[in-house]
Amino acid sequence: MLAVQVARESQAVWALVRRNFHLIRRYLGWEVVFLFYNVVNTLTIGLIGLAMPAGTARNREVVYLAIGALLWNFLSILFQEVSNSVQWERWEGTIEYSFMAPIHRLTYLGGVCLWAVLYGLVRTVVVLLGVAFFFHISVGGADLVGAAMVLLASSVPFIGLGLMAAVLPLLSTERGAQATQVIQGVLLLISGVYYPVAVLPHWIGWASVLSPATYTLEYVRQAVLSGAGVVSLIPVSLGLLLSGVVLIPIGLIIFTVAERYAMHRGTLKRNG
Amino acid sequence: MGAMPAIPLDRVALEASGLKKSFREREAGERHWRQVDAVAGIDLVVPRREILGILGPNGSGKSTLIRMMATLLIPDAGYVRVFGLDATRDRMAVRRLINRVSVEASFFKKLTATENLAYATGLYGVSNRESQQEAARILERLGLPAQKLRVPLEQLSRGQQQKVAIARALLTSPNLMLLDEPTTGLDPKSRREVQEFILEVRATHDATIIISTHDMEEADRICDRVAIIDRGRFVALDTPKGLKSTYGQGGDSLEAVFFNLIGSTLEQDTIDA
Repeated sequence: MLAVQVARESQAVWALVRRNFHLIRRYLGWEVVFLFYNVVNTLTIGLIGLAMPAGTARNREVVYLAIGALLWNFLSILFQEVSNSVQWERWEGTIEYSFMAPIHRLTYLGGVCLWAVLYGLVRTVVVLLGVAFFFHISVGGADLVGAAMVLLASSVPFIGLGLMAAVLPLLSTERGAQATQVIQGVLLLISGVYYPVAVLPHWIGWASVLSPATYTLEYVRQAVLSGAGVVSLIPVSLGLLLSGVVLIPIGLIIFTVAERYAMHRGTLKRNG
Repeated sequence: MGAMPAIPLDRVALEASGLKKSFREREAGERHWRQVDAVAGIDLVVPRREILGILGPNGSGKSTLIRMMATLLIPDAGYVRVFGLDATRDRMAVRRLINRVSVEASFFKKLTATENLAYATGLYGVSNRESQQEAARILERLGLPAQKLRVPLEQLSRGQQQKVAIARALLTSPNLMLLDEPTTGLDPKSRREVQEFILEVRATHDATIIISTHDMEEADRICDRVAIIDRGRFVALDTPKGLKSTYGQGGDSLEAVFFNLIGSTLEQDTIDA
Protein backbone atom coordinates (compact mmCIF):
# COMPACT_ATOMS: atom_id res chain seq x y z
CA MET A 1 0.00 0.00 0.00
CA LEU A 2 2.78 2.38 0.98
CA ALA A 3 4.76 1.40 -2.13
CA VAL A 4 1.73 2.17 -4.31
CA GLN A 5 1.34 5.54 -2.64
CA VAL A 6 5.05 6.37 -3.07
CA ALA A 7 4.92 5.33 -6.75
CA ARG A 8 1.84 7.49 -7.28
CA GLU A 9 3.38 10.52 -5.58
CA SER A 10 6.65 10.05 -7.54
CA GLN A 11 4.65 9.96 -10.75
CA ALA A 12 3.02 13.24 -9.75
CA VAL A 13 6.44 14.85 -9.10
CA TRP A 14 7.58 13.70 -12.52
CA ALA A 15 4.35 15.02 -14.11
CA LEU A 16 5.08 18.47 -12.68
CA VAL A 17 8.69 18.47 -13.90
CA ARG A 18 7.61 17.28 -17.36
CA ARG A 19 4.85 19.91 -17.54
CA ASN A 20 7.28 22.70 -16.79
CA PHE A 21 9.74 21.36 -19.33
CA HIS A 22 7.00 21.41 -22.00
CA LEU A 23 6.09 24.95 -21.01
CA ILE A 24 9.71 26.07 -21.44
CA ARG A 25 9.69 24.51 -24.92
CA ARG A 26 6.54 26.39 -25.84
CA TYR A 27 7.95 29.69 -24.60
CA LEU A 28 11.39 29.04 -26.09
CA GLY A 29 11.64 32.51 -27.62
CA TRP A 30 11.22 34.09 -24.21
CA GLU A 31 13.69 31.64 -22.68
CA VAL A 32 16.35 32.68 -25.19
CA VAL A 33 15.66 36.34 -24.45
CA PHE A 34 15.85 35.80 -20.66
CA LEU A 35 19.04 33.79 -20.99
CA PHE A 36 20.63 36.38 -23.24
CA TYR A 37 19.70 39.09 -20.75
CA ASN A 38 21.13 37.03 -17.86
CA VAL A 39 24.43 36.52 -19.67
CA VAL A 40 24.72 40.19 -20.68
CA ASN A 41 23.71 41.37 -17.22
CA THR A 42 26.36 39.18 -15.58
CA LEU A 43 29.00 40.38 -18.03
CA THR A 44 28.18 44.05 -17.44
CA ILE A 45 28.45 43.52 -13.70
CA GLY A 46 31.83 41.78 -14.19
CA LEU A 47 32.97 44.67 -16.39
CA ILE A 48 32.59 47.03 -13.44
CA GLY A 49 35.53 45.13 -11.91
CA LEU A 50 37.56 45.61 -15.06
CA ALA A 51 37.38 49.36 -14.54
CA MET A 52 39.90 48.94 -11.68
CA PRO A 53 43.66 49.31 -12.34
CA ALA A 54 45.23 46.15 -13.82
CA GLY A 55 46.57 43.58 -11.36
CA THR A 56 45.56 40.86 -8.93
CA ALA A 57 43.00 43.05 -7.23
CA ARG A 58 41.23 43.66 -10.53
CA ASN A 59 40.95 39.96 -11.32
CA ARG A 60 39.70 39.34 -7.82
CA GLU A 61 37.10 42.07 -8.15
CA VAL A 62 35.84 40.70 -11.47
CA VAL A 63 35.50 37.20 -9.97
CA TYR A 64 33.91 38.65 -6.81
CA LEU A 65 31.22 40.41 -8.86
CA ALA A 66 30.75 37.50 -11.27
CA ILE A 67 30.16 35.12 -8.36
CA GLY A 68 27.55 37.52 -6.99
CA ALA A 69 25.78 37.74 -10.33
CA LEU A 70 25.90 33.97 -10.94
CA LEU A 71 24.70 33.02 -7.48
CA TRP A 72 21.97 35.61 -7.51
CA ASN A 73 20.95 34.27 -10.90
CA PHE A 74 20.61 30.75 -9.47
CA LEU A 75 18.97 31.68 -6.19
CA SER A 76 16.53 34.13 -7.75
CA ILE A 77 15.44 31.53 -10.34
CA LEU A 78 14.89 29.07 -7.51
CA PHE A 79 12.90 31.58 -5.49
CA GLN A 80 10.86 32.79 -8.47
CA GLU A 81 10.01 29.35 -9.82
CA VAL A 82 8.74 28.19 -6.46
CA SER A 83 6.95 31.37 -5.47
CA ASN A 84 5.39 31.91 -8.93
CA SER A 85 4.10 28.36 -9.24
CA VAL A 86 0.73 29.27 -7.75
CA GLN A 87 0.51 32.50 -9.73
CA TRP A 88 1.22 30.65 -12.96
CA GLU A 89 -1.59 28.17 -12.27
CA ARG A 90 -3.92 31.05 -11.56
CA TRP A 91 -3.13 32.73 -14.88
CA GLU A 92 -3.85 29.52 -16.74
CA GLY A 93 -6.92 28.72 -14.63
CA THR A 94 -5.60 25.26 -13.74
CA ILE A 95 -5.11 25.84 -10.01
CA GLU A 96 -8.33 24.11 -8.96
CA TYR A 97 -7.49 21.05 -11.03
CA SER A 98 -3.95 20.78 -9.70
CA PHE A 99 -5.07 21.29 -6.11
CA MET A 100 -7.96 18.85 -6.49
CA ALA A 101 -5.59 16.01 -7.37
CA PRO A 102 -5.27 13.32 -4.67
CA ILE A 103 -1.64 14.06 -3.84
CA HIS A 104 -0.01 15.54 -0.76
CA ARG A 105 0.75 19.22 -1.01
CA LEU A 106 4.37 18.32 -0.23
CA THR A 107 4.40 16.26 -3.44
CA TYR A 108 3.10 19.15 -5.50
CA LEU A 109 5.58 21.56 -4.01
CA GLY A 110 8.36 18.94 -4.21
CA GLY A 111 7.78 18.68 -7.97
CA VAL A 112 7.87 22.46 -8.31
CA CYS A 113 11.10 22.65 -6.26
CA LEU A 114 12.82 19.83 -8.14
CA TRP A 115 12.08 21.57 -11.41
CA ALA A 116 13.32 24.89 -9.97
CA VAL A 117 16.67 23.38 -8.94
CA LEU A 118 17.20 21.64 -12.31
CA TYR A 119 16.15 24.68 -14.32
CA GLY A 120 18.21 27.07 -12.16
CA LEU A 121 21.31 24.90 -12.51
CA VAL A 122 21.03 24.65 -16.29
CA ARG A 123 20.54 28.39 -16.74
CA THR A 124 23.36 29.23 -14.34
CA VAL A 125 25.77 26.88 -16.11
CA VAL A 126 24.98 28.59 -19.43
CA VAL A 127 25.67 32.00 -17.87
CA LEU A 128 28.86 30.62 -16.30
CA LEU A 129 30.07 29.47 -19.70
CA GLY A 130 29.38 32.95 -21.08
CA VAL A 131 31.34 34.56 -18.24
CA ALA A 132 34.29 32.15 -18.64
CA PHE A 133 34.41 32.78 -22.38
CA PHE A 134 34.25 36.58 -22.02
CA PHE A 135 36.63 37.25 -19.15
CA HIS A 136 39.22 34.44 -19.52
CA ILE A 137 39.52 34.47 -15.74
CA SER A 138 41.88 32.04 -14.07
CA VAL A 139 40.41 30.32 -11.02
CA GLY A 140 43.28 27.90 -10.64
CA GLY A 141 43.43 28.11 -6.84
CA ALA A 142 39.68 27.77 -6.39
CA ASP A 143 38.04 24.88 -4.64
CA LEU A 144 35.08 24.42 -7.01
CA VAL A 145 33.84 21.28 -5.25
CA GLY A 146 33.55 23.23 -2.00
CA ALA A 147 31.77 26.07 -3.82
CA ALA A 148 29.29 23.62 -5.39
CA MET A 149 28.67 22.02 -1.99
CA VAL A 150 27.76 25.38 -0.40
CA LEU A 151 25.61 26.28 -3.39
CA LEU A 152 23.60 23.06 -3.25
CA ALA A 153 23.19 23.33 0.51
CA SER A 154 21.86 26.87 0.09
CA SER A 155 19.16 25.63 -2.33
CA VAL A 156 17.36 24.01 0.61
CA PRO A 157 16.64 27.16 2.68
CA PHE A 158 15.86 29.09 -0.50
CA ILE A 159 13.20 26.53 -1.34
CA GLY A 160 11.77 27.11 2.15
CA LEU A 161 11.67 30.87 1.53
CA GLY A 162 10.07 30.22 -1.87
CA LEU A 163 7.34 28.13 -0.24
CA MET A 164 6.57 30.97 2.14
CA ALA A 165 6.46 33.45 -0.74
CA ALA A 166 4.22 31.12 -2.80
CA VAL A 167 1.56 31.67 -0.15
CA LEU A 168 1.12 35.31 -1.16
CA PRO A 169 -0.50 34.69 -4.58
CA LEU A 170 -2.69 32.14 -2.84
CA LEU A 171 -3.98 34.79 -0.46
CA SER A 172 -4.25 37.71 -2.83
CA THR A 173 -4.88 37.31 -6.52
CA GLU A 174 -4.10 40.92 -7.33
CA ARG A 175 -1.18 41.74 -5.06
CA GLY A 176 0.41 38.40 -4.22
CA ALA A 177 2.83 38.27 -7.14
CA GLN A 178 3.96 41.84 -6.55
CA ALA A 179 4.66 41.08 -2.90
CA THR A 180 6.99 38.21 -3.84
CA GLN A 181 9.02 40.65 -5.94
CA VAL A 182 9.38 42.88 -2.87
CA ILE A 183 10.73 39.93 -0.83
CA GLN A 184 13.19 39.12 -3.59
CA GLY A 185 14.30 42.73 -3.73
CA VAL A 186 14.94 42.82 0.01
CA LEU A 187 17.04 39.63 -0.21
CA LEU A 188 19.07 41.20 -3.01
CA LEU A 189 19.69 44.27 -0.89
CA ILE A 190 20.70 42.61 2.37
CA SER A 191 22.62 39.54 1.19
CA GLY A 192 25.79 41.18 -0.13
CA VAL A 193 25.35 40.05 -3.71
CA TYR A 194 27.64 42.71 -5.19
CA TYR A 195 29.24 44.20 -2.08
CA PRO A 196 30.27 43.09 1.43
CA VAL A 197 27.35 43.31 3.84
CA ALA A 198 29.61 45.45 6.07
CA VAL A 199 28.90 48.46 3.83
CA LEU A 200 25.18 48.32 4.58
CA PRO A 201 23.86 51.00 6.96
CA HIS A 202 23.40 49.67 10.47
CA TRP A 203 19.60 50.02 10.43
CA ILE A 204 19.39 47.44 7.64
CA GLY A 205 22.75 45.69 7.90
CA TRP A 206 21.66 43.54 10.86
CA ALA A 207 19.08 41.85 8.63
CA SER A 208 21.83 40.31 6.49
CA VAL A 209 22.37 37.60 9.12
CA LEU A 210 18.82 36.37 8.45
CA SER A 211 19.33 35.75 4.74
CA PRO A 212 20.73 32.34 3.70
CA ALA A 213 22.14 34.03 0.60
CA THR A 214 24.55 36.04 2.78
CA TYR A 215 26.33 32.85 3.88
CA THR A 216 26.16 31.27 0.44
CA LEU A 217 27.83 34.25 -1.18
CA GLU A 218 30.45 34.68 1.53
CA TYR A 219 31.56 31.05 1.56
CA VAL A 220 31.37 30.41 -2.18
CA ARG A 221 33.63 33.45 -2.57
CA GLN A 222 35.98 32.03 0.04
CA ALA A 223 36.12 28.74 -1.90
CA VAL A 224 36.70 30.38 -5.27
CA LEU A 225 38.85 33.38 -4.33
CA SER A 226 40.80 31.99 -1.37
CA GLY A 227 40.63 28.25 -2.11
CA ALA A 228 38.83 27.39 1.14
CA GLY A 229 38.59 23.58 1.18
CA VAL A 230 35.61 21.28 1.48
CA VAL A 231 36.39 20.46 5.12
CA SER A 232 36.39 24.09 6.19
CA LEU A 233 33.08 24.62 4.34
CA ILE A 234 31.27 21.71 5.98
CA PRO A 235 30.05 23.71 9.02
CA VAL A 236 28.45 26.45 6.93
CA SER A 237 26.96 23.88 4.53
CA LEU A 238 25.46 22.01 7.47
CA GLY A 239 24.19 25.31 8.86
CA LEU A 240 22.49 26.11 5.56
CA LEU A 241 20.99 22.62 5.39
CA LEU A 242 19.78 22.93 8.95
CA SER A 243 18.15 26.29 8.23
CA GLY A 244 16.45 24.60 5.25
CA VAL A 245 15.26 21.75 7.46
CA VAL A 246 13.60 24.40 9.63
CA LEU A 247 12.37 26.69 6.83
CA ILE A 248 10.83 24.04 4.56
CA PRO A 249 8.42 22.60 7.16
CA ILE A 250 7.55 26.15 8.25
CA GLY A 251 6.94 27.06 4.59
CA LEU A 252 4.83 23.95 4.14
CA ILE A 253 2.78 24.63 7.26
CA ILE A 254 2.20 28.23 6.20
CA PHE A 255 1.21 27.04 2.72
CA THR A 256 -1.23 24.48 4.09
CA VAL A 257 -2.83 27.01 6.43
CA ALA A 258 -3.09 29.54 3.58
CA GLU A 259 -4.62 26.94 1.28
CA ARG A 260 -7.25 26.14 3.89
CA TYR A 261 -7.93 29.85 4.33
CA ALA A 262 -8.33 30.18 0.54
CA MET A 263 -10.74 27.24 0.58
CA HIS A 264 -12.79 29.04 3.21
CA ARG A 265 -12.78 32.35 1.38
CA GLY A 266 -13.23 30.88 -2.07
CA THR A 267 -10.06 32.46 -3.48
CA LEU A 268 -8.62 29.25 -4.89
CA LYS A 269 -10.34 29.72 -8.22
CA ARG A 270 -8.91 31.62 -11.20
CA ASN A 271 -10.24 35.07 -10.35
CA GLY A 272 -10.04 34.78 -6.61
CA MET B 1 -40.12 20.22 -3.19
CA GLY B 2 -40.48 16.62 -4.36
CA ALA B 3 -40.26 13.89 -1.76
CA MET B 4 -36.78 12.47 -1.32
CA PRO B 5 -36.72 8.69 -1.78
CA ALA B 6 -35.27 6.62 1.06
CA ILE B 7 -31.97 5.27 -0.29
CA PRO B 8 -29.93 2.57 1.47
CA LEU B 9 -26.60 4.05 2.62
CA ASP B 10 -24.51 1.60 0.60
CA ARG B 11 -26.17 2.95 -2.50
CA VAL B 12 -25.53 6.61 -1.73
CA ALA B 13 -22.90 8.34 -3.86
CA LEU B 14 -23.24 11.79 -2.36
CA GLU B 15 -25.00 13.16 0.66
CA ALA B 16 -25.19 16.81 1.66
CA SER B 17 -26.89 18.14 4.72
CA GLY B 18 -27.49 21.68 5.98
CA LEU B 19 -24.93 22.94 3.51
CA LYS B 20 -24.22 26.67 3.70
CA LYS B 21 -21.62 28.96 2.22
CA SER B 22 -21.44 32.73 2.16
CA PHE B 23 -18.85 35.16 0.83
CA ARG B 24 -17.91 38.72 1.51
CA GLU B 25 -18.40 40.94 -1.50
CA ARG B 26 -17.76 44.57 -2.29
CA GLU B 27 -18.78 46.34 -5.47
CA ALA B 28 -16.31 48.74 -7.09
CA GLY B 29 -16.52 52.04 -5.24
CA GLU B 30 -18.29 50.56 -2.21
CA ARG B 31 -16.63 51.05 1.18
CA HIS B 32 -18.25 48.30 3.12
CA TRP B 33 -18.24 44.57 2.60
CA ARG B 34 -21.52 42.72 2.50
CA GLN B 35 -22.26 39.09 3.18
CA VAL B 36 -23.72 37.14 0.27
CA ASP B 37 -25.28 33.75 0.92
CA ALA B 38 -24.21 31.68 -2.08
CA VAL B 39 -25.57 28.40 -0.68
CA ALA B 40 -28.15 28.85 2.03
CA GLY B 41 -29.02 25.41 3.37
CA ILE B 42 -29.03 22.49 0.99
CA ASP B 43 -29.93 18.89 1.77
CA LEU B 44 -29.35 16.30 -0.90
CA VAL B 45 -28.94 12.57 -1.37
CA VAL B 46 -27.70 11.26 -4.69
CA PRO B 47 -27.85 7.50 -5.24
CA ARG B 48 -25.16 5.66 -7.16
CA ARG B 49 -25.40 5.79 -10.96
CA GLU B 50 -27.86 8.66 -10.90
CA ILE B 51 -27.50 11.65 -13.19
CA LEU B 52 -28.64 14.63 -11.16
CA GLY B 53 -29.15 17.94 -12.91
CA ILE B 54 -28.89 21.27 -11.13
CA LEU B 55 -30.73 24.06 -12.86
CA GLY B 56 -30.60 27.66 -11.79
CA PRO B 57 -30.07 31.21 -13.01
CA ASN B 58 -26.66 32.91 -12.92
CA GLY B 59 -25.48 33.50 -9.37
CA SER B 60 -27.95 31.04 -7.88
CA GLY B 61 -25.20 28.98 -6.17
CA LYS B 62 -24.68 26.12 -8.65
CA SER B 63 -20.91 26.49 -8.98
CA THR B 64 -20.40 27.11 -5.26
CA LEU B 65 -22.33 23.93 -4.51
CA ILE B 66 -20.24 21.92 -6.98
CA ARG B 67 -17.01 23.42 -5.60
CA MET B 68 -17.97 22.24 -2.11
CA MET B 69 -18.67 18.76 -3.48
CA ALA B 70 -15.30 18.89 -5.25
CA THR B 71 -13.40 19.61 -1.96
CA LEU B 72 -12.37 23.03 -3.26
CA LEU B 73 -14.49 25.02 -0.82
CA ILE B 74 -15.01 24.39 2.87
CA PRO B 75 -18.67 24.80 3.89
CA ASP B 76 -19.57 27.33 6.60
CA ALA B 77 -22.09 24.83 7.93
CA GLY B 78 -23.30 21.35 7.10
CA TYR B 79 -21.40 18.62 5.32
CA VAL B 80 -20.85 16.81 2.07
CA ARG B 81 -20.17 13.09 2.10
CA VAL B 82 -18.97 11.22 -0.94
CA PHE B 83 -19.46 7.46 -0.66
CA GLY B 84 -19.60 7.97 3.09
CA LEU B 85 -16.39 10.04 3.28
CA ASP B 86 -16.48 13.60 4.58
CA ALA B 87 -15.37 16.03 1.86
CA THR B 88 -13.59 18.26 4.39
CA ARG B 89 -12.04 15.76 6.80
CA ASP B 90 -11.29 12.95 4.33
CA ARG B 91 -10.40 15.29 1.50
CA MET B 92 -7.64 13.13 0.03
CA ALA B 93 -9.74 9.98 -0.07
CA VAL B 94 -12.68 11.85 -1.61
CA ARG B 95 -10.40 13.31 -4.28
CA ARG B 96 -9.52 9.82 -5.46
CA LEU B 97 -13.20 9.17 -6.15
CA ILE B 98 -14.16 12.35 -7.97
CA ASN B 99 -13.27 14.57 -10.87
CA ARG B 100 -14.74 17.73 -12.25
CA VAL B 101 -15.31 19.57 -15.49
CA SER B 102 -15.79 23.30 -15.07
CA VAL B 103 -17.49 25.79 -17.32
CA GLU B 104 -14.11 27.14 -18.43
CA ALA B 105 -11.92 24.45 -19.99
CA SER B 106 -8.92 25.28 -17.80
CA PHE B 107 -5.66 24.19 -19.40
CA PHE B 108 -2.12 25.31 -20.03
CA LYS B 109 -3.07 26.91 -23.31
CA LYS B 110 0.37 26.69 -24.94
CA LEU B 111 0.60 22.95 -24.27
CA THR B 112 -0.99 20.36 -26.53
CA ALA B 113 -3.93 18.25 -25.42
CA THR B 114 -1.54 15.31 -25.06
CA GLU B 115 0.81 17.27 -22.79
CA ASN B 116 -2.05 18.67 -20.71
CA LEU B 117 -3.58 15.23 -20.27
CA ALA B 118 -0.22 13.71 -19.37
CA TYR B 119 0.18 16.32 -16.64
CA ALA B 120 -3.36 15.97 -15.31
CA THR B 121 -3.35 12.17 -15.22
CA GLY B 122 0.22 12.08 -13.88
CA LEU B 123 -1.11 13.86 -10.78
CA TYR B 124 -3.52 10.95 -10.33
CA GLY B 125 -0.80 8.34 -10.78
CA VAL B 126 -2.04 7.20 -14.20
CA SER B 127 0.85 6.19 -16.47
CA ASN B 128 1.51 8.31 -19.51
CA ARG B 129 1.12 5.49 -22.05
CA GLU B 130 -2.13 4.33 -20.51
CA SER B 131 -3.58 7.85 -20.47
CA GLN B 132 -2.60 8.58 -24.09
CA GLN B 133 -4.30 5.45 -25.39
CA GLU B 134 -7.44 6.03 -23.39
CA ALA B 135 -7.52 9.76 -24.24
CA ALA B 136 -7.36 9.00 -27.95
CA ARG B 137 -10.25 6.55 -27.58
CA ILE B 138 -12.42 8.95 -25.58
CA LEU B 139 -11.73 11.91 -27.85
CA GLU B 140 -12.42 9.90 -30.96
CA ARG B 141 -15.72 8.90 -29.39
CA LEU B 142 -16.41 12.59 -28.77
CA GLY B 143 -15.64 13.41 -32.39
CA LEU B 144 -12.25 15.09 -31.91
CA PRO B 145 -9.76 14.09 -34.65
CA ALA B 146 -6.55 12.47 -33.37
CA GLN B 147 -4.31 15.14 -34.94
CA LYS B 148 -5.95 17.76 -32.72
CA LEU B 149 -4.26 16.10 -29.74
CA ARG B 150 -0.92 17.40 -30.96
CA VAL B 151 -1.70 21.11 -31.37
CA PRO B 152 -1.63 23.70 -28.56
CA LEU B 153 -4.95 23.95 -26.76
CA GLU B 154 -5.22 27.64 -27.63
CA GLN B 155 -5.65 26.60 -31.28
CA LEU B 156 -8.71 24.46 -30.52
CA SER B 157 -12.25 25.81 -30.46
CA ARG B 158 -14.04 26.14 -27.16
CA GLY B 159 -16.08 23.06 -27.89
CA GLN B 160 -12.97 21.04 -28.70
CA GLN B 161 -11.29 22.26 -25.50
CA GLN B 162 -14.33 21.23 -23.52
CA LYS B 163 -14.15 17.73 -25.01
CA VAL B 164 -10.52 17.49 -23.90
CA ALA B 165 -11.65 18.64 -20.44
CA ILE B 166 -14.21 15.84 -20.32
CA ALA B 167 -11.54 13.34 -21.37
CA ARG B 168 -9.26 14.69 -18.63
CA ALA B 169 -11.91 14.04 -16.01
CA LEU B 170 -12.72 10.56 -17.29
CA LEU B 171 -9.11 9.40 -17.56
CA THR B 172 -8.90 9.17 -13.79
CA SER B 173 -11.92 6.81 -13.70
CA PRO B 174 -13.93 8.83 -11.17
CA ASN B 175 -16.85 7.25 -9.38
CA LEU B 176 -18.48 10.65 -9.08
CA MET B 177 -18.24 13.19 -11.90
CA LEU B 178 -19.05 16.81 -11.21
CA LEU B 179 -19.88 18.64 -14.41
CA ASP B 180 -20.28 22.39 -14.05
CA GLU B 181 -22.01 23.59 -17.21
CA PRO B 182 -19.96 21.31 -19.46
CA THR B 183 -21.95 22.06 -22.61
CA THR B 184 -22.15 25.84 -22.29
CA GLY B 185 -20.87 27.44 -25.48
CA LEU B 186 -20.87 24.21 -27.49
CA ASP B 187 -22.54 23.99 -30.89
CA PRO B 188 -25.66 21.78 -31.05
CA LYS B 189 -23.78 18.83 -32.56
CA SER B 190 -21.02 18.92 -29.94
CA ARG B 191 -23.59 19.39 -27.21
CA ARG B 192 -25.44 16.32 -28.39
CA GLU B 193 -22.18 14.31 -28.58
CA VAL B 194 -21.28 15.28 -25.02
CA GLN B 195 -24.76 14.41 -23.75
CA GLU B 196 -24.63 11.01 -25.42
CA PHE B 197 -21.23 10.45 -23.92
CA ILE B 198 -22.43 11.33 -20.43
CA LEU B 199 -25.14 8.69 -20.75
CA GLU B 200 -22.57 6.21 -22.04
CA VAL B 201 -20.21 6.94 -19.12
CA ARG B 202 -22.95 6.27 -16.62
CA ALA B 203 -23.80 3.00 -18.37
CA THR B 204 -20.25 1.73 -18.79
CA HIS B 205 -18.29 3.19 -15.86
CA ASP B 206 -20.77 2.77 -13.01
CA ALA B 207 -20.37 6.51 -12.51
CA THR B 208 -22.63 8.93 -10.68
CA ILE B 209 -22.94 12.28 -12.40
CA ILE B 210 -23.95 15.67 -11.04
CA ILE B 211 -24.35 18.22 -13.78
CA SER B 212 -25.19 21.90 -13.52
CA THR B 213 -26.66 23.42 -16.63
CA HIS B 214 -28.71 26.25 -18.10
CA ASP B 215 -30.01 24.00 -20.81
CA MET B 216 -33.51 22.81 -19.92
CA GLU B 217 -33.69 20.40 -22.83
CA GLU B 218 -30.41 18.86 -21.75
CA ALA B 219 -31.63 18.43 -18.19
CA ASP B 220 -34.88 16.92 -19.40
CA ARG B 221 -33.09 14.54 -21.74
CA ILE B 222 -30.26 13.12 -19.66
CA CYS B 223 -31.06 13.67 -15.98
CA ASP B 224 -32.82 11.15 -13.76
CA ARG B 225 -33.70 13.92 -11.35
CA VAL B 226 -33.43 17.69 -11.55
CA ALA B 227 -32.92 20.14 -8.70
CA ILE B 228 -33.86 23.75 -9.29
CA ILE B 229 -31.76 26.12 -7.25
CA ASP B 230 -32.54 29.73 -6.51
CA ARG B 231 -30.65 32.08 -4.18
CA GLY B 232 -28.71 29.19 -2.70
CA ARG B 233 -31.69 26.94 -1.97
CA PHE B 234 -33.32 24.07 -3.80
CA VAL B 235 -36.84 25.14 -4.63
CA ALA B 236 -37.70 21.84 -6.30
CA LEU B 237 -36.16 18.41 -6.68
CA ASP B 238 -37.79 15.63 -8.62
CA THR B 239 -37.71 13.69 -11.86
CA PRO B 240 -38.25 15.86 -14.95
CA LYS B 241 -41.65 14.25 -15.33
CA GLY B 242 -42.50 14.81 -11.68
CA LEU B 243 -41.46 18.47 -11.89
CA LYS B 244 -43.58 19.02 -14.96
CA SER B 245 -46.62 17.43 -13.41
CA THR B 246 -46.22 19.26 -10.09
CA TYR B 247 -45.10 22.71 -11.21
CA GLY B 248 -45.88 22.84 -14.94
CA GLN B 249 -49.04 24.30 -16.31
CA GLY B 250 -50.63 21.48 -18.16
CA GLY B 251 -47.56 19.24 -18.12
CA ASP B 252 -45.53 21.40 -20.50
CA SER B 253 -41.76 21.85 -20.75
CA LEU B 254 -39.11 22.00 -18.05
CA GLU B 255 -38.51 25.58 -19.10
CA ALA B 256 -42.06 26.46 -18.10
CA VAL B 257 -41.47 24.78 -14.73
CA PHE B 258 -38.27 26.78 -14.30
CA PHE B 259 -39.98 30.09 -15.00
CA ASN B 260 -42.92 29.21 -12.81
CA LEU B 261 -40.60 28.48 -9.91
CA ILE B 262 -38.08 31.29 -10.20
CA GLY B 263 -39.59 33.73 -12.65
CA SER B 264 -40.13 36.29 -9.89
CA THR B 265 -36.43 36.13 -9.02
CA LEU B 266 -35.43 36.74 -12.62
CA GLU B 267 -37.79 39.71 -12.84
CA GLN B 268 -36.41 41.14 -9.58
CA ASP B 269 -32.85 40.70 -10.88
CA THR B 270 -33.77 42.61 -14.03
CA ILE B 271 -35.20 45.45 -11.94
CA ASP B 272 -32.10 45.46 -9.68
CA ALA B 273 -29.81 45.57 -12.71
